[in-house]
Amino acid sequence: MFFTYLWRELRRRMRQAIFIAVGLALGIGLVITVTAASAGVKNAQASVLHSLYGVGTDITVTKAPAAGSNGGGFGFSFTQGIGTRTRPKAGTKIDNNTLSGGGTLASISSADVTSIAKLDNVAAAAGGLTLTDRTITGTVPAINFNNGGGGGGGGFNGGGGNSSGSGNPSSFRSAFNIGGFTVNGVDITNGELGPLSNGKVTAGRTFTSADESSDVALVDSSYATQNKLKVGSKVAIGNSKAVATNFTIIGIVSEPAGDDVANYYIPLGVAQTLANMKNDVNTIYVAATNGQDISSVASSISKAVPGSTVTDENSLASEVTGSISSAASLANNLGKWLAIAVLVAAFLLASLLTMSAVSRRVREFGTLKALGWKSRRVIGQVMGESIAIGVVGGLIGVALGFGGAALVGHFAHSLTATVGSTTGSATPGGARFFGGGTGGTGGTGGGGFGGGGFGGGGGTNPFRGGFTPARTAPTVAVPLHAPVTLEVIVVAVVLAILGGLIAGSFGGWRAARLRPAAALSKVA
Amino acid sequence: MYKLMGVTKDYPKGRQTVHALRGVDVEIPDGEWLAIQGPTGHGKSTLLQILGGLDRATAGNVFFDGRDLTKMRETEMTKMRATSIGFIFQTFNLIPTLSAQENVETALVPLGVSDRSRRARAAEALNSVGLGDRLKHLPGELSGGQQQRVAIARALVKEPKVLLADEPTGNLDEDTRDEIIGLLEKLWQEKGLSLIIVTHDSSVARRAQRLGTMRNGKLTVRQTV
Repeated sequence: MFFTYLWRELRRRMRQAIFIAVGLALGIGLVITVTAASAGVKNAQASVLHSLYGVGTDITVTKAPAAGSNGGGFGFSFTQGIGTRTRPKAGTKIDNNTLSGGGTLASISSADVTSIAKLDNVAAAAGGLTLTDRTITGTVPAINFNNGGGGGGGGFNGGGGNSSGSGNPSSFRSAFNIGGFTVNGVDITNGELGPLSNGKVTAGRTFTSADESSDVALVDSSYATQNKLKVGSKVAIGNSKAVATNFTIIGIVSEPAGDDVANYYIPLGVAQTLANMKNDVNTIYVAATNGQDISSVASSISKAVPGSTVTDENSLASEVTGSISSAASLANNLGKWLAIAVLVAAFLLASLLTMSAVSRRVREFGTLKALGWKSRRVIGQVMGESIAIGVVGGLIGVALGFGGAALVGHFAHSLTATVGSTTGSATPGGARFFGGGTGGTGGTGGGGFGGGGFGGGGGTNPFRGGFTPARTAPTVAVPLHAPVTLEVIVVAVVLAILGGLIAGSFGGWRAARLRPAAALSKVA
Repeated sequence: MYKLMGVTKDYPKGRQTVHALRGVDVEIPDGEWLAIQGPTGHGKSTLLQILGGLDRATAGNVFFDGRDLTKMRETEMTKMRATSIGFIFQTFNLIPTLSAQENVETALVPLGVSDRSRRARAAEALNSVGLGDRLKHLPGELSGGQQQRVAIARALVKEPKVLLADEPTGNLDEDTRDEIIGLLEKLWQEKGLSLIIVTHDSSVARRAQRLGTMRNGKLTVRQTV
C-alpha cells in the first residue's frame, strides 16, 4: 500500500514532482560539476607541482641568501682572469666564464642532507646544486668611465637599473658578448629524487655511478635544439675562478612541461668542485615515507636545519599563477558558494512545494487520520514521496554532473600554469627562474650601466655589473580533466536524499499537526 | 454504546468564541439508528466529530463502550477510530489516486492486516455494496452514488461498532439518495451496528429509530413515528 500510494501520488503530481526533482538535480549537478572541476584543477596543480619537484619528491629544502648579499646580480672582477683590480685599459681582452650559486640560493651543508635523511618518516633525501654559468667575452673599448654612478637594479633580463651615470654604457655593453646558462648538480646515487627524476632521456644515456667524478653532462632537449648540441658535443662550463672546463654531452634529456628545467645537468661532486662549494648543496630534495607525513616531516626539517625554507606541495601551490590559479580560485570560491546557494535554494524550493502539496491534501490526510492512520504513518507517506523525488533528483543530478564535468573538460581542456614568476624566493620554483631579477643591494656609488639591465652589483668598481642568464618563468598548458569519483556520486545522492528528507520533514511536520476534525471541516 | 453528559464545545473564531455545543446530554444504545437534524451551524457536525473521536469536548464526558473519550490519549483515540468507528462523509473523501479496492484497503492498513487478506476483505466489502465489478476503478471513473458506496464499503470493511455519517446523501440526486439510504439501512440491520446520521433531509431522518434535533448547541431527541 505504501509504495502503491506513493507512486500514484507522485504520478498525480508529476509536474510538481519533476519540478522539485529538477531543482534538486540542478543543485546536485552543480555540486558534482564544481567538485569535479575542483578535483581536476587540483590534479592539474599536482601535476605541475610534481613536475617541479620531480616524481617522488615531497619536500624541497633551500635557504635564502642573507640580506645585503648580491641577489641576482653577478659580479666579475678584473682580478679574475686579468690579474688586476685597476681599470682595464682599452683593448684589453676579457674572457670570463664563471660558475656560481647565482646568489638566489644560499648554500646548505651536505651534512644536512644526511641528517634530514635520518629524520623520522623520511624515505630518502638528496642534495642538488642549482648553479649559473655566466660568460663575458670581448675587448674593453676606449670609454671615459669617470662619470659613472648610479646603476643597479635589474638583472640582465630585467628592465630595471638606473642609468644615472654618464659615460657611454651602450657602446661599452656592445663591446662584450654576454651569455650564460644554468647548470644543475645532480646526486647520481639518488636518481629517483631531484631534478632528473621526471626527465626522459631522448638520446644518449643518463648518468651512471662511474660518472660521479667525470666531466660529463646531460643537456636539456630544448636547449640542445636551440644550440645545436648533440650527444658527444663539448660544452665549456666555468668554475668559481672563471676558468672553463670542457664537458662531454652524454645524453639529451626531455623534461615535462612546467618542469624546473636547467640547461645542463652534471654530477653533483663535479659541480661542487667547480663552484668551490665542496660539501655544500643549495637544494635538498626529500621524499616522505607517505603522503600523510609530509607536514610533520616538513616541521622536523625546519627544526633540523634552522633558517631553511621548507617547501611542500601546499606552499609551492601558492606560487603557481595563470589560469590554473584562476580556475582553482573560481572552483574553490565562486563555484563552491554557487553550488551551495543553488543547493540551499533547491532544498527551500522542495520544502515549500512539499508543504504546499500537503496543504492541498489536507482533506486526504484528515480522512486517513479519521480512518485510524497514525500521524507517524501519514508523515512516513509524505516523507517517502519527498525522498523518492530526492532520489530521482539525485540520479538526474548525477547525470547533469557528469555532463557538467564533461563540459568543463571540453571547454576548459587546458589551463596555463606559470610557476615562480617572482624572484627572490628561495623555493625551487622561484629560485630557479631568473627573469626580472633585482640587482641586489649592493654598495653605493657603483653602477653606471643601468638602463639596459646591465646594472646591479655595486661597490667601487664600475665594472662590477649585474647579470643573470635570460630565463623567463615558463607558462605551460596543463590539461584539465574533471573527474567524477564514486565518492562524489555517493555524496551527491546522499545530498539529494537529504534534500528530500528536509522537504519531507517540513511537509510531514505540517501533516502531523493536522487535527482530523479541522482538516475535514476545512473542506466541508 | 454512547453516553454524553454535559458536553460542551467552544472554539475560537477570530476574536470571538463560538459555543458549538452547550451541554449535550444523550444516551445512544447499541444497534440504534439515530438521525440528527438541525439548521446549519448549530453543532450537528461538531457533535458527530466528538462522537467519532475526531475532536475533543471542551467540557463534559463522552463515554463510548464505558470509556471516556475526553480522557483518552491521542494514540488511544486513533486506535479506537481504527477499530470501532466507521465514517461516511458528504464529499465521499476517497483518495483520488487509489482504486476503489485500494481505497477500501486504507481502512485496514492501521489494523495491520496482511496484503492478501486486505485485498480479499476489500473486494468482499465492495461486493456487499454492489461494486464487485468496479474494484480497479479510480474514484474519478465512478458516479457520485458509486463513490459513496465505496466510502460505505470503506467504513464497514473493518466491522465497526458504530457508523457515523455526515450528510451521506447531501451530494446525491433523489434516486441515488434512496439507493444509498436503502443500502445503509440494510447493512445496519444485517450487521447490528449503531448508525448515527447527520442530515438535512427529512425523508432520510424519518427512517431512523430516533430523531435528534440540534438547535443552538443543544440536542433534543425523540422517537420517530
